[in-house]
Amino acid sequence: MKNLYLIAYLDLRESLRTKWFVVYSLVFGGMIALFFIAGVTESQVMGFSGLSRLLLMYIQITIVILPIFILITTVRSISGDRDNHILEYMLSFPISLKQYYWGKIIGRFVTVYVPVIFAMIIAVVYGAFKGADIPWNIFFLYTGLLFALSSSFLGIAFFISSFVKSSEVALGIAFFIWIFLLAFIDIALISLMMQNRFNEGLIIAISLANPMEIFRVAAISLFDPELTVMGPVAFYILDSVSQGAFVALSIGYPVVLGLLFAFLGYKIFEKKDLV
Amino acid sequence: MIKISNLTKKFASHVSLDGVNCEFKKNESIALMGANGAGKTTLIRSILGYYHPDSGEVLVDGINPIKQRTKVLKNISFVPQLPPPIKLNIDELMQYVSVSATIDKELIKHYANEMKLDLKSNMNKSFFKLSGGMKQKLLIAISLAKKSDIIIYDEPTANLDPKARDDFYRLLEQNEEEKVLLFVTHRLEEVKDLVNRQIYMDLGKIVSDDKISKESF
Repeated sequence: MKNLYLIAYLDLRESLRTKWFVVYSLVFGGMIALFFIAGVTESQVMGFSGLSRLLLMYIQITIVILPIFILITTVRSISGDRDNHILEYMLSFPISLKQYYWGKIIGRFVTVYVPVIFAMIIAVVYGAFKGADIPWNIFFLYTGLLFALSSSFLGIAFFISSFVKSSEVALGIAFFIWIFLLAFIDIALISLMMQNRFNEGLIIAISLANPMEIFRVAAISLFDPELTVMGPVAFYILDSVSQGAFVALSIGYPVVLGLLFAFLGYKIFEKKDLV
Repeated sequence: MIKISNLTKKFASHVSLDGVNCEFKKNESIALMGANGAGKTTLIRSILGYYHPDSGEVLVDGINPIKQRTKVLKNISFVPQLPPPIKLNIDELMQYVSVSATIDKELIKHYANEMKLDLKSNMNKSFFKLSGGMKQKLLIAISLAKKSDIIIYDEPTANLDPKARDDFYRLLEQNEEEKVLLFVTHRLEEVKDLVNRQIYMDLGKIVSDDKISKESF
């Protein structure tokens, strides 16, 4: 275990010094600051105001930028180390592949998750200081959803990193996955639905298999438990599962998906030539 | 100590190692030579357990380095041809090697000092920001402090000035007893005083394997 923590700790230390981490932290921290400066907490849209409104906006932007940040910064972790011969030297010490791989994942998870949560905590503390009501239910739901979203994309990123030969290819694949899950899959599913080729339930199920989509729906569900803003799609979801079960699924499923991809990545890492 | 049997390694259609057989025993210092692409690096990476062979096997003290890598690597010190751009600072790198391989940090400092490398004032500097020579000296110091039975150097003196090379060979001479010392080199004259066996590779095969007598310093 000491080697696992050692790898995680050193990866964390290394990441904290990088420029991408500074930019990453500034983006999320800056976003919260900008919301306060812009007076988002005083505005009211669709009945949401105060900190709830701010957190809703934060989560809507986070869903777009968090996955791409995680993919781009993580996808090169193993492939980059392999590319520039760091792996060749670091793995000449008696560290098991399991400790190295999972240690890197733990270290990287802390790096990507903490700034996102920290920005939310700053918002809550500052909001409380200004006398706003703190929507704890939303805060805890988002903490869980962000944990799940980070897990799923971290797992996908490590999976890609385990089999690509160069950093450039890894970046290309990462970008494609991000844009595919963010937009292309929805466009494809909408066109299928319009052609009436498949059962709507199947199309909605495929759509919710996308971790970004399930995150988006779960984020709305706390403000709008009936999911009325989603129109008829809400019937398919809430007829199948209760709102509580849907929220649990939206946190549990991406975590399992991330672990599955991470595990597949580990198997590839273990079976392939290391350098 | 190291037994290589019928080892073949291919990369797509390119055969990098073609049925290599050889054995390295205690108290042998070997110069592994050959043109670029002869298979030298592939051979040492196979010993380190980095490559899955297409056929044949490598055994280090009877253990397979892929299946039981931590057991095998406890006993191997390795210095690559070019120091990798590790982003850890020196203090962190020393922590990594000392925790993972139970190396005494003081011993690393001792050998660094012997190599005329000032560690104290550079502890918080990132490894990749050091000069080429400083990086190589640190990796050599770590390899010696590890006190392994098998030491593998891939062109270790490429970045060293003549004085540092002398320091390196002096330290190596003091530490070579009861060990296997494997040098990948293009310059036999530099290591001729240290080695007692010379292997020449070409196109993935061992084409000559001769015992040679050591010349004294």
